[in-house]
Amino acid sequence: MGRFLALRLIATIPVMGVVAIVVFILVRLDRGKAAAQLCGDICPPERLAEIMTRLGMDKPLWEQFALWLAQLLEGDFGRSIQSQIPVLKLIGERVEPTLSLAATTLLFSVLVAVPMGVVAAWQHGRWPDRLIMIFSVIGFSVPVFVLGYVLILVFPLNLGWLHVQGFQSIGDGLGGFLSRITLPTLALSVIYIALVARITRTSMLEALAQDYIRTAYAKGAATRTVLMAHALRNAAVPIVSVIGIGLVLLIGGVVVTETVFNIPGIGRLTVDAILGADYPIIQGVLLVFSVIYVLINLAIDVLYTLLDPRIRY
Amino acid sequence: MLTRRLLGVVSAAALAALALSTQASAQEKKTIRAVMHAPLRITDPIITTAYIIRNHGYMIYDTLFAMDEQQKIQPQMVDKWEASADKLTWTFTLRDGLKWHDGAPVTSDDVIASLTRWSKNDSMGQALAAATKEWKRVNDKTFQLVLKEPFGLVLDSIGKPSSNTPFIMPKRVAAAPANQSIAEFAPKDWYIGSGPFRFVIGEFQPGTKVVYEKNPDYVPRKEKASWMAGGKVVKVDRVEWINVGDPQTTVNALIKGEIDYIEQPVHDLFPALKKSPDIVIHDQNKMGLLGWMRLNWLAAPFDNVKIRQAVLLAVQQEDYLAVLVGDPAYYKYCASFFTCGTTYESTNGAPDMKKPNYEKAKQLLKEGGYKGEEILILHPTDLKAITPYGAVTEQALKKIGMNVKLLAMDWASVVARRSKMDPPAQGGWHIFHTFWVGADLLNPITNAGINAKGKKGGFFGWPEDAQIEKMRADFIKETDPVKQKAIAAAITKRAFEVVMYVPIGQMQFPAAYRKSLTGVLDGPVPVFWNVEKK
Repeated sequence: MGRFLALRLIATIPVMGVVAIVVFILVRLDRGKAAAQLCGDICPPERLAEIMTRLGMDKPLWEQFALWLAQLLEGDFGRSIQSQIPVLKLIGERVEPTLSLAATTLLFSVLVAVPMGVVAAWQHGRWPDRLIMIFSVIGFSVPVFVLGYVLILVFPLNLGWLHVQGFQSIGDGLGGFLSRITLPTLALSVIYIALVARITRTSMLEALAQDYIRTAYAKGAATRTVLMAHALRNAAVPIVSVIGIGLVLLIGGVVVTETVFNIPGIGRLTVDAILGADYPIIQGVLLVFSVIYVLINLAIDVLYTLLDPRIRY
Repeated sequence: MLTRRLLGVVSAAALAALALSTQASAQEKKTIRAVMHAPLRITDPIITTAYIIRNHGYMIYDTLFAMDEQQKIQPQMVDKWEASADKLTWTFTLRDGLKWHDGAPVTSDDVIASLTRWSKNDSMGQALAAATKEWKRVNDKTFQLVLKEPFGLVLDSIGKPSSNTPFIMPKRVAAAPANQSIAEFAPKDWYIGSGPFRFVIGEFQPGTKVVYEKNPDYVPRKEKASWMAGGKVVKVDRVEWINVGDPQTTVNALIKGEIDYIEQPVHDLFPALKKSPDIVIHDQNKMGLLGWMRLNWLAAPFDNVKIRQAVLLAVQQEDYLAVLVGDPAYYKYCASFFTCGTTYESTNGAPDMKKPNYEKAKQLLKEGGYKGEEILILHPTDLKAITPYGAVTEQALKKIGMNVKLLAMDWASVVARRSKMDPPAQGGWHIFHTFWVGADLLNPITNAGINAKGKKGGFFGWPEDAQIEKMRADFIKETDPVKQKAIAAAITKRAFEVVMYVPIGQMQFPAAYRKSLTGVLDGPVPVFWNVEKK
């Protein structure tokens, strides 16, 4: 396992290298944007050129890349062109809201979706199964922002419950945190519940058709034991796999939710940076996302071995 | 059983926490939570003209002079001033009690450094600098402006209300080069001003949240607050600017009471706001905003005056105003280059922009030798106040037989591309749209669109016209208001003749706020002094 982990970590280096090159080139396709933003409304060409020089944009692309890479190796992601605040500080400030939303969504979704999938498989072909599948189809089809607006209309505006928008750190009070995170969690969870419930159902159906399930029933095991201890455990690998992939999608997918509910997370930081052509932030965020993606995939692979001892690397 | 009990305990704790959070919010400091028209990322109000940065400037900086609701320039940081008989030497003395947020006194050196930097970037500042021999320090509180030649707009320049507003900064900050942001030049001091609010640097989240707190050391003037002038008395502890991003969520948050103020709610959502008994919709900025269609004089066929005139005759303002604003209560026809309802408003030489004249426009295209060249319109899709314009112009120009193409892009790309003087096919452009607040278009000097210096310092589109430049110079030197008005009318006539730009109407963007706020001031810039929160 140790060797596997070491090899996987080493393998991330070329992946990150490719990501860095692609990100760098993409962001610089229109390098004049950032300078033009700073130049203002009366922007003579010579002033624009001065700003380009100051930002190092007049240097050859390879030289800019080498400088950036040297900075990165020292742990310096650069500064925002517009606010002059270090990129890592900006990302650090935005991580908590995004991770909080991702964590509450993941927790809520798994707690709801897995039992739903188990029940659907257990009641295969009956009305609970059909009901859960109808929910899954609807959950997949309704855009997050529509659901977000409906939830806002029903809860804060009509019933006076919970906040419309914003984020409060859990450290500043559990009540404020829950009041603000509940609706975005619900909005974001629906699609995720639909995904995990369907995979759980499929995986459980496969497991329930196995001989050892029949044996368990023959031994007199209770239905709950059969479902949870025998079937679900054996059906867990694909479920964990989907949860892992879903977590990555979730981090990327919070952009819309963060916008609708005004959560100052990484998603909004990225959108703001793109609109403002603040390329050091864009580069920094994309690199951090890439690292997270790689690490989550690694964690999932490790989890497989724990859930299924037959899997060896 | 244990799980159920645990669930019960967790639920009870969560409900208690929710209840406590509601109580806690009632006990917090008096804070106005405002959603402004744009997020704040850059914080240097001299390096760019963006209005959100100007608004930020008014929170933390102060100005020597300021405009009141009669559109008169009144002293603000200045106690007394006098001009010599020949109007070439102006002496100013700062009032007592002016302090920077770090406690140091404001001095003449700070003022001179600030105005010197401002005059390198601002159009009126540049005009003033051209007429200036020197800024001279007399003592810590007194300084002089010595002119080379008469300049009729001294107080109008240093008291101009909108971008670039001549904010006064500490000398060590204002020493920044005019093309370098103060945050980059003075990373430890850039947020220090002497204004009524202090910038809370520790809570600044660029693009998301800006926090200002009351400056306890600020000494307001005795006069009643009026527009940007008068006593800046702060009546709350904090002001938070929150960038919500989504217009619908912003309105919902105001209705729910989570925020107190929206600077520019979108007109489509007014019905929802009007239903709430707790909300006021109030037009603070009666001058409104004025839309422009800017043509690139360097790019054929717009290097031909007849083709530009054809475009002018093809548009009707109502099309733009109706599609952007909708409700006629919030827009008006304004065929003037200078803000309608202000001193220099003039329709001298203006065509009837209530009704297009397609036949005449087609004839002008023919006379101008238009051969079907493709016209490229820069079309931002992410700026609600400009996005609709492109399609309206496209339709208008197609009606007179022009070959038009909309280039969809984000606003940052428009900003970058409009600065390119290359031919349109090689990365340049033919048309872009923009808007300015009325306070920026008050006269031929503040209105950047009337600057006819061409490639040598003109606004994008680079129109060059010696006649207009001569009249602008005359306007600057003229000290008689009646004669200044006559010059402005003559400039208007010439500006329509050569089509400096196409004015597309005046729009009102009222603010919406909760009734718990009182004392909200009118003016071209939204400010938070004088505002109380119950």
